[in-house]
Amino acid sequence: MSTMAARLEFRDVTKRFADPRAGAVVAVEGVSLNVSDGEVVSLIGPSGCGKSTLLNMGAGLDPPNSGEVLVDGERVGGPSRHVAFMLQKDLLLPWRTIVENVELGQEILGVPRRDRRRRALDLLAKCRLPDFIDHYPHQLSGGMRQRAALARTLAVDPSVLLMDEPFSALDAQTKMVLQQDLGRTLADTGKTALFITHDLVEAVALSDRILVMSPRPGRIIREIVVAIPDRDNPMKRRQHPNVGAYVVELMNLLQIEQAAA
Amino acid sequence: MILASALLFVGFLAAWQWMPALFGIPAFIIPSVGTVWDEFLRMLGHDRLVFHTAITAMQVGIGFILGVLLGIVCGFALGLSPSAEFVLSPYILALQIAPKVAFAPLFIIWFGYTVYPKILVCILIVFFPIMINVLGAVRALDPDIVRLARAFTASRVQVFWKIELPAAMPPLFAGLRIAATLAVIGVLVGELVGGNIGLGYLLAFGEGAGNTAMVFVTIILLTLIGIVLYGLVVLVEGRVLHYLPARARLAT
Repeated sequence: MSTMAARLEFRDVTKRFADPRAGAVVAVEGVSLNVSDGEVVSLIGPSGCGKSTLLNMGAGLDPPNSGEVLVDGERVGGPSRHVAFMLQKDLLLPWRTIVENVELGQEILGVPRRDRRRRALDLLAKCRLPDFIDHYPHQLSGGMRQRAALARTLAVDPSVLLMDEPFSALDAQTKMVLQQDLGRTLADTGKTALFITHDLVEAVALSDRILVMSPRPGRIIREIVVAIPDRDNPMKRRQHPNVGAYVVELMNLLQIEQAAA
Repeated sequence: MILASALLFVGFLAAWQWMPALFGIPAFIIPSVGTVWDEFLRMLGHDRLVFHTAITAMQVGIGFILGVLLGIVCGFALGLSPSAEFVLSPYILALQIAPKVAFAPLFIIWFGYTVYPKILVCILIVFFPIMINVLGAVRALDPDIVRLARAFTASRVQVFWKIELPAAMPPLFAGLRIAATLAVIGVLVGELVGGNIGLGYLLAFGEGAGNTAMVFVTIILLTLIGIVLYGLVVLVEGRVLHYLPARARLAT
């Protein structure tokens, strides 16, 4: 794995959960990974392999039982303003307008009203939602809501983005549009991202590298470098002839065909 | 719509005026609307009706506000502390099932024929729908929303003011609507049990004197107090919950 200046690093991280029936369940075991500055890395693996657990530890919401998580070389001891996460659910607050939702993170950090409004409006324009700033979440479609959630995540200017299947609840076409938005935005802003997904093509289209995890207890069993150009243009990347080979490789690693047989 | 509504009201008054006589119902069973109006004017002049109405309205207002505040505080305290709810839930359940109006005589023994027993019964009866709704709202809040706020480095206090409190508003207002209708009952029961002030006193007096029109007047005024309180709740709700989609809002 890369030893360049890592934005996000997991060093031999293990996480166990107490389970009333099974005693302790090991969610992830001995996971080491690092994501360099400006890199997009996807985590892929069977359901329940501890991907989301890794993300929670990265966000400082849940400490590991052993090993350590570092952001910009500093040990993560709790939530930090340098890390922001985005989930499958948009989690927009229904009582706030879209622009107020985008401002939430900055508001919590104590950014002055005018500055945070300016930044929120700027991001909403970039996320192609400028006409909906004063709407309430229920007035927007699922894709627009998820774009607003992306703007909210970017508004705190985090150095690392943690994304847990952010597009999995969207229909196939909306999903492709949002992948394109995300690919562009990540490239434009030079953000570092760890991206969890079940969608193999999505992983290939968006990432520099893909890490494949085993079933529980989750371990990283393979690292695949996606050697396809145009990471800033997932739509174009999808059409690249090599995508199929990567998908087949991932299918084999995840033993998808055996599961269907 | 408004015309139909007005016509129905006029029709209702007309029926009240002439139907009882038409069916031979004596005035001591159902007095006509004219008789009730005359009794209303007589009570204004001779029975200090404004004073008694104001006393009842004041008790309802104070009891309602205190009961609501107490309900909100307890709802959040129990909602945010599962262990406290676990320990206290049997008592809360028992107190919730106990008929609150039965406490009226007890409070009169404790505080005498003052306004306090009435206000206390009102607080007790208003408290539960508020507490239960706030508690339910805190429990129903998506934990991922709280995780999101925490990931943005929100403090416990920020999570409360920015997430938990606003999230509890729709159920709180559902509880307020129920509480507004119960508040008048609480005060009235207290007044019926003892004392010589308030509409409940006039109601009991009218019953003792066999003055049916007087009973009607007090029932109508008690209802009006309830309507004003309910109207205020709806008014505030419209401002606080303006963000809800139209279909999620109640018309009245």
